[in-house]
Amino acid sequence: MNRLARMWDSDIAWSFRHSPVAIVATVVALIIIMGAVLAPWVAPFNPFDSASLNLMDGFTPPGVPNQFTGNTYLMGTDNQGRDIFSTILYGARISLFVGFAAVVFSMVLGIGLGLLAGWRGGWVDSLLMRIADVQLSFPSILIALLIFGVARGFIPPTMREEVAIWVLIVSIGLSDWVQYARVVRGAAMVEKSKEYVQAARVIGVHPTRIVLRHILPNVMGPVLVIATIGLALAIIAEATLSFLGVGVPPTQPSLGTLIRIGQQYLFSGEWWIILFPSIALLLLALSVNLLGDWLRDALNPRLR
Amino acid sequence: MLAYIIRRILQSVLVMLVVALVSFALFRFVGDPINSMVGQEATIADREALREQLGLNDPFLTQFATFIGRAVQGDFGISYRLQQPVMELILSRLPATLELALVSGLLAFVFGVGFGVYTALRRNGWLSNTIMTVSLIGVSLPTFLIGVLLIWVFAVELQWLPSFGRGDTVQIGNWTTGLLTPSGRASLVLPAITLGLYQMTLIMRLVRAEMLEVLRTDYIKFARARGLSNRAVHFGHALKNTMVPVITITGLQLGSIIAFAIITETVFQWPGVGALFINSVRFVDVPVMAAYLMLIALVFVIINLIVDLLYYVVDPRLRVDRAATRH
Amino acid sequence: MLSKLHTGVFARTGRAMLMAGAALALTMTGANAETLRWARVADALTLDPHSQNEGPTSTLLHHIYETLVGRATDGTLQPRLATEWMISAEDPTVWVFKLREGVKFHDGADFTAEDVVFSLDRARADSSGFKALHSAVESVSMVDDYTVHVKMAGPSPLYVQNLTNTFIMDKGWAEANDVVLPQNFAAGEENFAVRNTNGTGPYTLVSRDPEVRTVMAAFGGHWDATPAVTEIIYTPIAEAATRVAALLSGEVDVVQDVPVQDIARLQQTDGIKIATGPENRNIFFSYDMTSDKLISANVDDNPFKKPEVREALSLVIDRDAIQQVVMRGQSQPSAAPLPPFVNGWTAEMNAYGKPDYERAAALVAEAGYPDGFSVDLHCPNDRYLNDEAICQAMVGMLGRAKINANLVSQSRSLHFPLIEKWETDFYLLGWGVPTFDSAYIFNFLVHTREGSFGSFNGSRYSNPELDAKIEALATMTDLEARDAMIAEIWDKVMEDRVFLNVHNQMLAYAMKDNINLDVHPENQPKMTTVTFGN
Repeated sequence: MNRLARMWDSDIAWSFRHSPVAIVATVVALIIIMGAVLAPWVAPFNPFDSASLNLMDGFTPPGVPNQFTGNTYLMGTDNQGRDIFSTILYGARISLFVGFAAVVFSMVLGIGLGLLAGWRGGWVDSLLMRIADVQLSFPSILIALLIFGVARGFIPPTMREEVAIWVLIVSIGLSDWVQYARVVRGAAMVEKSKEYVQAARVIGVHPTRIVLRHILPNVMGPVLVIATIGLALAIIAEATLSFLGVGVPPTQPSLGTLIRIGQQYLFSGEWWIILFPSIALLLLALSVNLLGDWLRDALNPRLR
Repeated sequence: MLAYIIRRILQSVLVMLVVALVSFALFRFVGDPINSMVGQEATIADREALREQLGLNDPFLTQFATFIGRAVQGDFGISYRLQQPVMELILSRLPATLELALVSGLLAFVFGVGFGVYTALRRNGWLSNTIMTVSLIGVSLPTFLIGVLLIWVFAVELQWLPSFGRGDTVQIGNWTTGLLTPSGRASLVLPAITLGLYQMTLIMRLVRAEMLEVLRTDYIKFARARGLSNRAVHFGHALKNTMVPVITITGLQLGSIIAFAIITETVFQWPGVGALFINSVRFVDVPVMAAYLMLIALVFVIINLIVDLLYYVVDPRLRVDRAATRH
Repeated sequence: MLSKLHTGVFARTGRAMLMAGAALALTMTGANAETLRWARVADALTLDPHSQNEGPTSTLLHHIYETLVGRATDGTLQPRLATEWMISAEDPTVWVFKLREGVKFHDGADFTAEDVVFSLDRARADSSGFKALHSAVESVSMVDDYTVHVKMAGPSPLYVQNLTNTFIMDKGWAEANDVVLPQNFAAGEENFAVRNTNGTGPYTLVSRDPEVRTVMAAFGGHWDATPAVTEIIYTPIAEAATRVAALLSGEVDVVQDVPVQDIARLQQTDGIKIATGPENRNIFFSYDMTSDKLISANVDDNPFKKPEVREALSLVIDRDAIQQVVMRGQSQPSAAPLPPFVNGWTAEMNAYGKPDYERAAALVAEAGYPDGFSVDLHCPNDRYLNDEAICQAMVGMLGRAKINANLVSQSRSLHFPLIEKWETDFYLLGWGVPTFDSAYIFNFLVHTREGSFGSFNGSRYSNPELDAKIEALATMTDLEARDAMIAEIWDKVMEDRVFLNVHNQMLAYAMKDNINLDVHPENQPKMTTVTFGN
């Protein structure tokens, strides 16, 4: 744990204190994340509860009373009469959940396979890297589309709605593991040949222990950077998939689904349906990306 | 050498087979093509008969074997949707996609390298910071939204550029090009920007990082000490050294260019293979989907093969390295 | 040429048209050549006139090929290649068609009865998409050069209504090019007629790049008056936003599939106008009201089997709200599961009341579900106007009566097989009635599923008494008695609440304001009807 501690030493803290971009990005990201996590308590409405919606509230402009119901909404309503502000909070919840879960999934998978490949070498390494090649050749969106198709075939119709979000997570995560695997594999190969590891092996330390105690902490820096940028990518990927018609059900929209819906009203004058969710997505992805940038520079200037 | 090439080619064939098997296994879950192929008056018996005729009821492996058997002869069948030979259909759409990918790749490369060098040299200048942040906005919004916004601003409000299609094209042999007509070039601008934005940001960041790295090395310090001008140091030495990784990574981005071409082509009604694929997915046009995925796999396999062989020829050290890592 | 907007785009497109125009010098006549650039959501799938019975395909082909009888914008039949049609005085099972004389195909061949016999045979071939419409035909024979007899299996008083999309080909051309039968997919070969045409229609095909652009020019040898539009450039644009943008930027003149939300805005835009009109298509929900147990429900029986629940459904649907918000006023809310164009429709069937959620919840409780129940609602998301949004709104309304619907909205290629395979409990469907007669609805949606009947009967509704009546309709020649029978059938269907109708779809075409084009009830506008000027 000593190495992990070193990662968080004062250098980083100093760098953070002296980077206004990092501070602002952190604050923005935290506000959105808090808003999303606390949505059920913060949001004025629950837009996922279809029965509570009044269709006649639809298309209310921001801050203007609805012509039929007289209700006023801060950011207006969408085509189903959902309060945009509340829907953004609830939608960000879905987007962040999908993003985090996809990142964790690809991270675990990538680190695991990367360690395996780097540590074992030989045909295991050969095979895994070949799979990685195939994976890289296939566009990530295509992979996600195809996985979605398969899942639809295997999962009984009645369960599809509940598992849709998990399918989404696996689809996005599965197209992203290669990056982690490559970094970890490289590090594992380097460490493996070092004397202390050889020594540890000689005295009979269990390989798992060596990997967990010595190799893994060494790669946590780059992995964290990939994960941060991966989070932004996963959130955007979810939005893109929803444009192609796969993703979470429209009754429980994510930020991406909201933008897809709002996109239909770009020319019809209901600008608020697309504007506010887009700003929310932009702020979220931008701040996470900027944090990733900063982290990359701060953790290791030699790192690409 | 020969043994190495043969082994790599065999591996490539294996990769192609796996891709075919996987993609083929997926089609049955995309939906049922029959409903789109017959009118609403068709009886259930008619539908079943067509399903039987197309072999959709055969066991999976039988279907797969038939497909492979025909595919090796270059026969991918007839599109369920457009009723034309699939190979012909894809080949007629390929120029549009390749031109779009090429132009957007070029744009991304030129601007990416330019901005990358600038931001590396003026590390903390306000313009550098602005470029860095604005470029991030490009990757923080989904591609389809960027495309629609560009259409709104440049086609509808300003009316500078066309909103859809490829404009007029000129036929040169089997190749149709939009690069030779004014409307063709104008039509290319918005889709190329939409598609290239992501790559540009990536290249820019890569060049910047590489430049910063190289500028710090002793080699550059020596060059400076020798009294070379800043310009000569930056472009003659530093940039040259960053190019190898940049070009390699750019090449590897082929997959993502193809992926985002699907979206870009859909938004701009660009008549390329990406839009063809998405329309085929919606219609469950199995022959076109299969051929498209095989084509993508083939392109990738060939590029990988060439890269590997080039490495092998160019850099003798890699033979040892590769031999060491692969076994 | 259309003036206005002399922007960069327009100048460029104008030049493109000139280039295309040079190629057409032969077919363009007169100084007042007018080009119309027409965009819609999808392209024709094929140019083979008998392969696909599908909207965009027929719409495009109506410009190149012609039918014996046509459908006017008010839904009535009009003479095209046939000038007269009647049931034979001697034999009630024979239809007689008198053909137009002096009609030429695009390649110069004469149009005669031989071509009609050939085309009707081709349309009945196994690989034809139209064979179901001609299933009652026994044989087609030529009496003289301009008279054709169609012998039916039994009296078929409405057969002529099935002919409005069956195009006539030239026998000689078809034989010379080996296209005697429509495309057979399994054969794995492309049919010559997929990309080549030879019709009698008002336009000839100049060039075609599928899904990119199809160019047609007025046919100088056409029997009818020369249309105002002498050249058509047809471009499919799949994305709704892009399609509207193309009209706003002046790159196209007519947009056929206008998203409902954009109508109001386009109407206010200078230089653009909108034509709207009802489509011959109604949108409704239906449910499995027959099985003992549902697939997706959380209860052990079938709630939809209980009349109380079906009544509750009719009480929760707020058709006016759907019309006002989801459809932006562009629909005709109605309880009648058939469009007003269709024979059998009555104003009484249209009537519906205000939603009553309390009563609905009480009925659901009365039916034995005090805590309500949950069920999947299947919906297409790329087939009808705002289909997904309609279902979404319905989910909210159902929730107020404690019916918890899980919305499963998906592409049409996944949605429709569910109805065909009886894998859905509750679904949205739209139904167009090309014959303009209720029998068409009964045959496919009401009759028990057997043989050629009931293929879209997703409610599993089965009433032998009604089945017998429906079958009788086909051969009744006394039209008054037949109409009475139709009314009887509808009474029972309405009483049993087989359908929960939402509305009739409205169509909207957007165009430059110097163009006049009326909405066609089958969404098959003919560019020959276009006029210019305000």
